[in-house]
Amino acid sequence: MATYLEFIQQNEERDGVRFSWNVWPSSRLEATRMVVPLACLLTPLKERPDLPPVQYEPVLCSRPTCKAILNPLCQVDYRAKLWACNFCFQRNQQLLLPNLSTPETFFRGARSPLIFLYVVDTCLEEDDLQALKESLQMSLSLLPPDALVGLITFGRMVQVHELSCEGISKSYVFRGTKDLTAKQIQDMLGLTKPAMPMQQARPAQPQEHPFVSSRFLQPIHKIDMNLTDLLGELQRDPWPVTQGKRPLRSTGVALSIAVGLLEGTFPNTGARIMLFTGGPPTQGPGMVVGDELKVPIRSWHDIEKDNARFMKKATKHYEMLANRTATNGHCIDIYACALDQTGLLEMKCCPNLTGGHMVMGDSFNTSLFKQTFQRIFSKDFNGDFRMAFGATLDVKTSRELKIAGAIGPCVSLNVKGPCVSENELGVGGTSQWKICGLDPTSTLGIYFEVVNQHNSPIPQGGRGAIQFVTQYQHSSTQKRIRVTTIARNWADAQSQLKHIEAAFDQEAAAVLMARLGVFRAESEEGPDVLRWLDRQLIRLCQKFGQYNKEDPTSFRLSDSFSLYPQFMFHLRRSPFLQVFNNSPDESSYYRHHFARQDLTQSLIMIQPILYSYSFHGPPEPVLLDSSSILADRILLMDTFFQIVIYLGETIAQWRKAGYQDMPEYENFKHLLQAPLDDAQEILQARFPMPRYVNTEHGGSQARFLLSKVNPSQTHNNLYAWGQETGAPILTDDVSLQVFMDHLKKLAVSSAS
Amino acid sequence: MSQQGYVATPSYSQSQPGMGLSPPHYGHYGDPSHAPSPPGMMKPAGPLGATAPGGGYPPGPPPPGPQPFGQNGAHASGHPPQRFPGPPPVNNVASSYAPCQPTTQSYPSPAPTSSVTQLGNQLSAMQINSYGMGMTAPSQGPPGPLSTAAFRGPPRPPQPSILQPGSQALPPPPTTLNGPGPSPMAPPTHRQDGLPGPAPLNAQYQPPPQPGQTLGPGYPPQQTATYGPQMAGAQLSYPGGFPGGPAQMAGPPPQLQKKLDPDSIPSPIQVIENDRATKGGQIYSTNTRGQIPPLVTTDCVIQDQGNASPRYIRCTTYCFPCTSDMAKQAQIPLAAVIKPFATIPSNETQLYLVNHGESGPVRCNRCKAYMCPFMQFVEGGRRFQCGFCSCVNDVPPFYFQHLDHVGRRLDHYEKPELSLGSYEYVATLDYCRKNKPPSPPAFIFMIDVSYSNIKNGLVKLICEELKTVLEKLPKEEQEETSAIRVGFITYNKVLHFFNVKSNLAQPQMMVVTDVGEVFVPLLDGFLVNYQESQSVIHNLLDQIPEMFADSNENETVFAPVIQAGMEALKAAECAGKLFIFHSSLPTAEAPGKLKNRDDKKLVNTDKEKILFQPQTNVYESLAKDCVAHSCSVTLFLFPSQYVDVASLGLIPLLTGGTLYKYNNFQMHLDSQQFLKDLRNDIEKKIGFDAIMRVRTSTGFRATDFFGGIFMNNTTDVEMAAIDCDKAVTVEFKHDDKLSEDAGALIQCAVLYTTIGGQRRLRIHNLGLNCSSQLADLYKSCETDVLINFFAKSAFKAVLNQPLKVIREILVNQTAHMLACYRKNCASPSAASQLILPDSMKVLPVYMNCLLKNCVLLSRPEISSDERAYQRQLVMTMGVADSQLFFYPQLLPIHTLDVKNTMLPPAVRCSESRLSEEGIFLLVNGLNMFLWLGVSSPPELIQGIFNVPSFAHINKDMTLLPEVGSPYSQQLRMIMNVIQQNKPYSMKLTVVKQREQPEMVFRQFLVEDKGLYGGSSYVDFLCCVHKEICQLLN
Repeated sequence: MATYLEFIQQNEERDGVRFSWNVWPSSRLEATRMVVPLACLLTPLKERPDLPPVQYEPVLCSRPTCKAILNPLCQVDYRAKLWACNFCFQRNQQLLLPNLSTPETFFRGARSPLIFLYVVDTCLEEDDLQALKESLQMSLSLLPPDALVGLITFGRMVQVHELSCEGISKSYVFRGTKDLTAKQIQDMLGLTKPAMPMQQARPAQPQEHPFVSSRFLQPIHKIDMNLTDLLGELQRDPWPVTQGKRPLRSTGVALSIAVGLLEGTFPNTGARIMLFTGGPPTQGPGMVVGDELKVPIRSWHDIEKDNARFMKKATKHYEMLANRTATNGHCIDIYACALDQTGLLEMKCCPNLTGGHMVMGDSFNTSLFKQTFQRIFSKDFNGDFRMAFGATLDVKTSRELKIAGAIGPCVSLNVKGPCVSENELGVGGTSQWKICGLDPTSTLGIYFEVVNQHNSPIPQGGRGAIQFVTQYQHSSTQKRIRVTTIARNWADAQSQLKHIEAAFDQEAAAVLMARLGVFRAESEEGPDVLRWLDRQLIRLCQKFGQYNKEDPTSFRLSDSFSLYPQFMFHLRRSPFLQVFNNSPDESSYYRHHFARQDLTQSLIMIQPILYSYSFHGPPEPVLLDSSSILADRILLMDTFFQIVIYLGETIAQWRKAGYQDMPEYENFKHLLQAPLDDAQEILQARFPMPRYVNTEHGGSQARFLLSKVNPSQTHNNLYAWGQETGAPILTDDVSLQVFMDHLKKLAVSSAS
Repeated sequence: MSQQGYVATPSYSQSQPGMGLSPPHYGHYGDPSHAPSPPGMMKPAGPLGATAPGGGYPPGPPPPGPQPFGQNGAHASGHPPQRFPGPPPVNNVASSYAPCQPTTQSYPSPAPTSSVTQLGNQLSAMQINSYGMGMTAPSQGPPGPLSTAAFRGPPRPPQPSILQPGSQALPPPPTTLNGPGPSPMAPPTHRQDGLPGPAPLNAQYQPPPQPGQTLGPGYPPQQTATYGPQMAGAQLSYPGGFPGGPAQMAGPPPQLQKKLDPDSIPSPIQVIENDRATKGGQIYSTNTRGQIPPLVTTDCVIQDQGNASPRYIRCTTYCFPCTSDMAKQAQIPLAAVIKPFATIPSNETQLYLVNHGESGPVRCNRCKAYMCPFMQFVEGGRRFQCGFCSCVNDVPPFYFQHLDHVGRRLDHYEKPELSLGSYEYVATLDYCRKNKPPSPPAFIFMIDVSYSNIKNGLVKLICEELKTVLEKLPKEEQEETSAIRVGFITYNKVLHFFNVKSNLAQPQMMVVTDVGEVFVPLLDGFLVNYQESQSVIHNLLDQIPEMFADSNENETVFAPVIQAGMEALKAAECAGKLFIFHSSLPTAEAPGKLKNRDDKKLVNTDKEKILFQPQTNVYESLAKDCVAHSCSVTLFLFPSQYVDVASLGLIPLLTGGTLYKYNNFQMHLDSQQFLKDLRNDIEKKIGFDAIMRVRTSTGFRATDFFGGIFMNNTTDVEMAAIDCDKAVTVEFKHDDKLSEDAGALIQCAVLYTTIGGQRRLRIHNLGLNCSSQLADLYKSCETDVLINFFAKSAFKAVLNQPLKVIREILVNQTAHMLACYRKNCASPSAASQLILPDSMKVLPVYMNCLLKNCVLLSRPEISSDERAYQRQLVMTMGVADSQLFFYPQLLPIHTLDVKNTMLPPAVRCSESRLSEEGIFLLVNGLNMFLWLGVSSPPELIQGIFNVPSFAHINKDMTLLPEVGSPYSQQLRMIMNVIQQNKPYSMKLTVVKQREQPEMVFRQFLVEDKGLYGGSSYVDFLCCVHKEICQLLN
């Protein structure tokens, strides 16, 4: 088994791909019986320091319907200078080049600048606005010098700032209540060249600006100072807000104008619209809540009761914008910092469909926001920004496979072809997707369908192949293509089930299934999704468990499956599927990140990691279980979204007593420090920056920990009371043990 | 002797001694004692004043008994409730007013004034009636036969359509008018007993009645006996000729001599000079109900003693007919021209401000009239009876005051509202919008920065000028700085707002491109205190010309600009004024977009009125919104081609703003004129968010209003703003009988916000007489006001009726008024005689000027923009402005006495008054021409222009060179004096005789036949005479 783990890891390292199954069932029927679909997590831009750049055009298969790219899996006849396409078996005559590896990067000539369009809410508290202004000013220094930047501010009105002018600062102002078409926006911004009657008498104006747009989008190196000043002078929205009202915030129109501006000026060029908002849209198209404070913003309860009067309309508005943005190849980030909801539920499609970021915080004046924002502009080992734009992912499969769909920060390009399945999983019906914004960790779940019929077996040693072709605009403004071609063995599920079973990647499978579940949860009722997940789990256990019928105690799972039920247990409890205690915005936020992080991060989200620190030895990972909460331990929990440091009761008392300050208890000081250092390490690497919670036994913030651990001890099973075995959780949730007991019972039952 | 005034025909017929001459106006209500005062002579004032104090005024028959202001005690017993009918002895009044009028010391003059006035009038009457005297012949009468011959021809051409209402053959003018010597004017007898059919119409513009259709009830003959002797006296005393007049006629062109002698027909100049001679420099106190004020052209000091100064209100007649039948019969419009914010010279008392604190003004409970001298206190002062509706009201406790033995409150002279015609109240919150005290108003400057304005330097000029003129924003007298806030917008086809908040280093520009639905992009920082934001504003004004220097934008919007300004004021919750500097037809795609629809083919058709109507109704509804949000719009137009003034101008008109137009603006020629207008407009006295209500005593009411106003209902006159130059003309109609005792009382109340943001009420009260004698009515008319009314009503009518109809109506009404007089008031005379009431002597010439104005004259030579512009100007004019506008002032400059600072006496506006050796200055309130005869004295030329000869003069100037010579200094001084207090800065045009621009100049010689049509004065007089004859027949 170790070999498979290594294999999987190797593949992930090299290709950025993790398959649920690494040996593929060779017939359609058998594949469906595997319960977990054949699917993979693809990280198209996985960082590969060793990746050799190749400076030539990719070699394409000459069959017009295929156009696969020459790859190491192709059979090559060096003497005849021929190669056979491993997807369509077309024989191609082509000059051959050596040094092929997987994946490949090709450079292409065309350059266009990166574009950053800041869309800034000015209805903020003074210190929030100040912090935001500083962050924005700071970001200017992080941008590539030739990047184009633009600034739109909004409150009651929307202002598009002209950045080129000397002296007087100039902005175009739009009413925040009026929905404008793209054409109107472009007309009003003067982006469309009107058919001007030529004035003979006048001297021809020298054409200073090659782009009409350049008034609003300027190279940062030219207007750095100007923009810094402009940001510095930015005032809070001056319109009075009377008591009992929310400020009028025209987020919908602001975004619409941002989209329209880029659409009219730089279509199909990498661009980020970065929306910074401190509250919900309260007027105009896309409004989420009215300006009366006495009417609170919609909750899950309201939505269930169909009581969220603006939700549908607003969602439609932002979806329309998101789709237009995706069509233009731009992406939208949302940085929402407010104590209350800001309408992420309605706006989520903007980052979700365009590959933008979604960041949620309490205030712009927090390190959470500041560092997260800074991290957007982090660079890789080559000194390039970790961002890419306007990618299209083209998936090609060998003929035994078809593509069922993808789940991730992408939209369908609606390219039908022979390898597109009719059964959709996620966003299907296409073999190409557009990922407008992506970074080295952006990960898509791609789902396949085995279509080979049972009666046409694949010869022994046959391999199925999949090629992922990602064309994108690199942050260095180059166009690049990365090609990843993978192949896996086919196996007959009847005769070689063991092989298949052994090649099961339960981690990948758990994440892929979770993505399907979360994808469903966006459109279905929560309980339905949970039932569906349960059913899948039971079926999987029935298929791969070893047990005697009707004897739960006999139930066993092999190592390659053993963790899977536990993942599902925690997934069921996760905020991705449970909305209780979460606002709609929070749910949207969690789901957004879940649908784009790579496998490791996704697993942390599903099942947080818990480390225990004590005097008994080095830090150790412990079970995410209430039994791990002990008085003499410090716990460090990483849920991806939160980093929680929890001091056990005794530790907390010691600290309170101030032992750490006494030289003779320096080791205690070190013990206290150790989790802090480890947490810092995680904080440094994580995007978005997690919420950092430092708490102790009995602290109010301890709830973050208590809500996550498996409630193995509750007030309901009092046997543990009084024993030093952990902390009881006051919950009626079932524990993992109970869950497993039920699962076993159902798996072995012949009724289901 | 009847009150006939004037008989024109016989001036040259010398054979009519004893004819129609009389100064009867005064005689018949004055007491006999003064009647015989020999006209024409400045009688020593003493005796007259002493014997007939105040009697000289033409107030209705004075019931001698009740003199409310009589000396204490004397009249106490005889007090009737009606207080104001009788003219009190001036002296008494003067003294009794002492507490209120500190200036009373200088008061002894009124009495003399009155006598002088009479004399002057008589004199003028005589002068006109020169036929009456044998002596006229030598000085002016051309030989009879000659004129007869010459006269036959000319009248015909201009008359045809206008003057002949029916198909009736026109009696040859000569017969009618000239009826040479032979038509012997019978010695003036008293008027006929019967009246010709009174006009069955109320509307001005109805066709004239068929003569003789109906016969009115018999009219009581006047007390003829009294007047016989006076007349004789008058005739005898006629001294002959008017002083100086003939002298000016250096060389009347020979051809004129053949015609009816122009000197024999009533001369406006003479009327003006006479009034000046009698009343000029005097004190006129308003203590008497129904007295006729000095003419607008006469300078005098006015003392408010219970009636509003004529600077505020003037009436077509100061004696209303008692019944509507009478009014219909005479067809004299009953109207008042109210200029509530008129500028008061510094030597007159400014308005007192009454503050009743939280209680607010005391008002009649029923009709809501404000406390005023017309209120009668009764029951020991506990109640007061309203003079307007007669309702008896309780006096509020805080206002109680005991009455003295004549029934007058003890504090009568301490309270302006009890003793003065005009005063102001501090308004309480009830009078404010939303019951909140108003914010100080704002001025928003909106500059068209399209290509042409940038190119000709206008934008730069405006920006430069604003820097200095903003220092002079108007402020409340007691305040250090102006409370007015300012804002700036530039625009072409989009709008640019500017944030000029004081804490900014640089102004910020905010562009609003959504002109379809314009809005205000900022609140804070748009309207600022000039002093606080001065540096940012200067920075902005420096940058604006630069900013658009490269602009190629030709298209402009207009309605959205106003909308934006209005929205800005609305958002700031204040009243204000927009200053718009605009130059082109707004063709950009936006509301209020206009097309060029100037169509000369419409001229002289029934559709001509379209040219005066706005192209779309956008502007009217926008104006309505503006008024609702008290946003006044002043528009400076710089058109180089058609801009559709009829559409664009509607907003300034309806919002109480001003329209200035500078055709083909050229920086080096026109900038001074524009800058003066701009400065003047910014600095002038103005009230905002005004609502005016004209209340009247029972029996009549205000029915129609003309001016820069907006009316949502029939009574409230709404004005976004009203400044010192704007007048509202109000027409009154009877709805019941008026009593001679009670008279006709008018109270005009204007609720407004001051420039400092205070809410105030300005009240003007005026008492008029009433009479059942037509003669009284005719006697009390003021022609200048009549013309103002006729002009406004006619100019209003051009929107709806063909011009031809309007012209006919005007002619007919003129004829009708005069015919009615002739029939009812004048002494019997030959049918061929033209008899004009003294007060309307110059009505024909003025009426002719009105008819010749380009608005009413259908000639394609005049652009429709110019016509619309003039139409609009007149709509808001006060009496003085309209007088000057229709009958320009023509001053001989070559006769200047450099030692005398007085203005030279004017001459009549006719080419015949010019001379080749002369230099003349012509002024009409809009334009100023300096006409130079070809043989102008070289020393004058040298003195004025500093060039050796006529040929060296460069006409291309709008300012006279500053030459040190006395001529130059005096001429420039005169021009300055003339310009003073005129609403528009006049552009000077230098015209050399017999050179091209003379054509333009000649249009203003309004007594002559117009270049583009329009009859000469003489012809028109003939025509009117003919009409009258027809009516009489």
